Amino acid sequence: MLEQWLTSDAAYIIIGLISSMLRMATPLGLAAFGAVYSERAGVVNLGLEGLMLVGAFFGVLGSFLTGNPWTGVVFSLIAGGVMALILAIFTLKFKANHVVSGVALNLLGQGITAVLLVAIWGNRGKSPDVAGIYPVYIPGLSDIPVIGEIFFRQSPFFYMMIAIMIISWFVFYRTKWGLRLRAIGENPAAVDSLGIQVFVYKYLAVVLGGMFAGLGGACLSLGELSMFSRNMVSGRGYIAVAATILGNWNPVGVVLASLLFGLTSAIEMNLQLYGWPTQFVQMLPYIVTILVLGGFVRKVSPPKAVGKHFDRSDTYV
Amino acid sequence: MSEALRMSNIVKRFGSLTALDNAELIVNKGEIHSLLGENGAGKTTLMKILYGIHPKDEGEICLNGTLCQINSPKEAINAGISMVFQHFMLVDNLSVMENIILGKEETKWGILSYKKSREKVMELSHKLGLKVRPDMLVEDIPVGEKQRVEIIKALYRGAETIILDEPTAVLTPPEVAELFEMLKALKNEGKTIIIITHKLKETLAIADNVTVLRNGKNMGTISTKKATPEILAQMMVGRSVILQAVKEPTVKGPVVLEAKDLCLQDALKNINFTLKKGEILGVAGVEGNGQTELLEALTGLVTPDMGSIYLKGEDITKHSVKQRIREGIGFIPEDRNDRGIVPSFCNWQNAILGYQSNYQNRGVLDFKKINAVSKEILDTYQVKTEGIAAKTASLSGGNAQKLLLGRVFYHDSDVLVIAHPTRGVDVGAIEYLHKEILNMAKRGKAILLVSADLDEIRQLSDRIVVLYEGSLVYETQALSTTEKELGMYMAGAFNKDESKVVGL
Repeated sequence: MLEQWLTSDAAYIIIGLISSMLRMATPLGLAAFGAVYSERAGVVNLGLEGLMLVGAFFGVLGSFLTGNPWTGVVFSLIAGGVMALILAIFTLKFKANHVVSGVALNLLGQGITAVLLVAIWGNRGKSPDVAGIYPVYIPGLSDIPVIGEIFFRQSPFFYMMIAIMIISWFVFYRTKWGLRLRAIGENPAAVDSLGIQVFVYKYLAVVLGGMFAGLGGACLSLGELSMFSRNMVSGRGYIAVAATILGNWNPVGVVLASLLFGLTSAIEMNLQLYGWPTQFVQMLPYIVTILVLGGFVRKVSPPKAVGKHFDRSDTYV
Repeated sequence: MSEALRMSNIVKRFGSLTALDNAELIVNKGEIHSLLGENGAGKTTLMKILYGIHPKDEGEICLNGTLCQINSPKEAINAGISMVFQHFMLVDNLSVMENIILGKEETKWGILSYKKSREKVMELSHKLGLKVRPDMLVEDIPVGEKQRVEIIKALYRGAETIILDEPTAVLTPPEVAELFEMLKALKNEGKTIIIITHKLKETLAIADNVTVLRNGKNMGTISTKKATPEILAQMMVGRSVILQAVKEPTVKGPVVLEAKDLCLQDALKNINFTLKKGEILGVAGVEGNGQTELLEALTGLVTPDMGSIYLKGEDITKHSVKQRIREGIGFIPEDRNDRGIVPSFCNWQNAILGYQSNYQNRGVLDFKKINAVSKEILDTYQVKTEGIAAKTASLSGGNAQKLLLGRVFYHDSDVLVIAHPTRGVDVGAIEYLHKEILNMAKRGKAILLVSADLDEIRQLSDRIVVLYEGSLVYETQALSTTEKELGMYMAGAFNKDESKVVGL
C-alpha cells in the first residue's frame, strides 16, 4: 500500500511541497530569532530586512574572498551583529524611536549593499557566483522513506535553525539569563531594582539577534543562490516580523509560524506550475502576513515594555 | 538599641529644584520607623538614595556605624537593604516564584534549580506566615498577595532593613491590619523597617519612631508614644491643620439624581440609588469594584446595558456627556491628569474646559470673558500658580485639584459627581477641598462622592453605600457606622444572603 502510494503523483507533490516548505521557512525562522531575542529584551526590531540583506551580502563576500562558504557564514554573523549594534545604540543610547530606527536600518542595508556591490564587483545587479552551501544528506537517516527525503536532505541552515530553536527555548525557559531576558522585556524597572544590569542584557540580546538575522540572509544567498543579487531579501524580513508575532515571541512558536509562511510560498510555487495567474498567487504569503499583523489569526501577547525607553531616573517617579 | 542606619546632611537637587536640603534620618535596629511627609516632601527621594537609585549630591550614609557608599540597587541589596516600591516591581507574566528569585537565582551551570529556591521560599513563607502561591502568575494574584511577594523577595535577598513606600495605598482596611501584623512579625525577627507614608493614623498605629520631612528638610524625629495626629500634622504642614472636617447638618430637598437597575457587562450589577438636594452620598469600596464604570455611566462616557439614570425626574440615560453638563451635572473625574485636566494646557484653558461654549461669540472665543472668569476661579479657589497663562502641568497635585474643583464648582451645577477629590493631595489642601465640598452641599447641591479613602467618605457623607464587585452591597447612615464595619463590606467579608438589600 505505502510503497504503491509513494510512487504516485500525489506523493510526489506532497513530499515536494513539504520539502520546499522547510526550505522556504529556514531564512524566515532564522531572521525571526533575531526579532525574538531583540524584542524579548524590549527593543522592537523592524530592521530584519536590512539585517538579512547585509548578512546575505557579506556571506557572499566572505565566500568570494576566501573560497570557503563557511567563512562567508562567519562574515554574515559579524555583519548582522554590527548592523544590530547600530540599532541598539540608536534606540538604547540615543533613545530614538524603535520603529523609525528599524526602518532606517532597512534603508541603510539596501544602500550599503547596493554601493558595495558596485564598488567591489562593479555590477549594479548581482555578484559573481561563489562557493555556496548545499544540502547535506545525513548518512543513514536520509534513506528512510518519506521522512528521510523531507527532513534529512536539507540545507545545513535548516539544521542550524532547529538547533538554535532548541537551544533558545532551553535558554529562555530553563536558565537564569533567559528568565532575566524575559523579565526585562516585560518590566525593566523591576529587573533594574533587583540590581541586574538591564542595558547589558539589552545590548547583548539585540546584537545576538542581529547575528541570527544575518545568518538568515546568508541562508538566502549562500544556501539558495550561491550569489548576491540586489534587494534579494525582497520582503522576507517583514514576513519574519510577522512570524515573530504569530509565534508569540517564543522560539518554537516562531519556527512553526515560519513553516506556515514557508508553506504559503511553497504552495505559491506549485500553483504557478499549474497555471494559476502568477500575480494572484504571489500575493498569498503577503495576504497571510497582513492577516497575521492585523491580529486576525490568534491573540498574541507581546513583551509589555517592548518599544519603550527605559531610564532609571524617570522610571521610578 | 544600636543604630542601624544614619543618613546625615543629605542634599539632592533635580535641576534647579532642591528635593532634599540637609535631610537627616536615624533609624534604630529592630524598630519600625515611619518617614512622614506631604507629597513632594522628599521622603521617597531620600529612600531612593538609600537604595542606590538616585545618586546623592552631598551627605553621608552610615550602616551599622560604618560609612557606606551605595551607588546602585545591587550595592544596597548586598548591604542588606531592600525596598518595596509603591508601584510594585513585579513582572506580571512570570510566576510568583520566578519573581522572587529573579536576580538571585539558584543555579547549576546557569541552569535554574527551582527545587532549591522553592525550599528557601517556602521556608520564609511559613516562618513568617506570609502566604503566597509560588506557581501562580503574578498577574493573577490579588494586591495583598503581591505585597507579600514583594516582602518575601526582600527577605529572600537577606534584607535586614526593609523600606516600604506607601504600603497601604492599595490595600483594604483588613489587608492593612494584616500587613501591620506581618510587619510586627518581621520586627520580632529583628528586621528594621522603614515605612514611607503620609497617613498620620497609620504612623501612630505601627511605628515606634517617626521622622517628619517637609520641603526636603528634617522637621524632627519623635517617638510615636509622645506624638498625636495634631502634632504630626503641624510638623508636616508647618501650621496647625484641622484634621476632622466639620460637617454641619444640611437641609435635604427632593431627589435630584436617581439610578435604577444600572447594569454594565460584568462591572455593574443592578445599581440603584437616589441622591437628594443638599445631600452627600458616599460610595465606598476598594478600587476596581466598579467605581470607574459607575462614574463613566453617570458621566455619559458609556451607555449602560440596562437600567436608567434620572435627573430631576427626566430620563438622561441616552444623553451625551455635553448634554449632561448642560443639564446641570458637574463632574470631577477620578484621574485628574487623564480626564480632569489637560496638563499641557494653560490654566485658563483648563479653567473653562468642557464649558467653553459659554465663552464664545459666533464660534470665536471671548478672551475678555475667559480671562476674567479664569482669574476669578484661581483666586476663589486659592490655586497657587503664576497666573492664568501658566501651564497646568507646573501645578502641584493639590493646586491642580483645586483648579479642577474650581472649574466645576464655579459653573454651578445642581448635581456634582466627585471622584477621589483628594488623591495625591497634601494634608493642607485636603482640609481646604473638604471644606469646599461641604460648602457646596450646604448651598443645596446634590453630591455623589466616590472615594477609596474611608476617612474621607465618613467625614463628608450623609449616607454611605459600599460598592463591592459591581453591586451596592450595603447602605448606612454615616454617623451610625464604623470603619471596621465598612471595611468588612468593602472586602466582601459578609454573608451575601444577609446583606442589607439596597434600593430605595
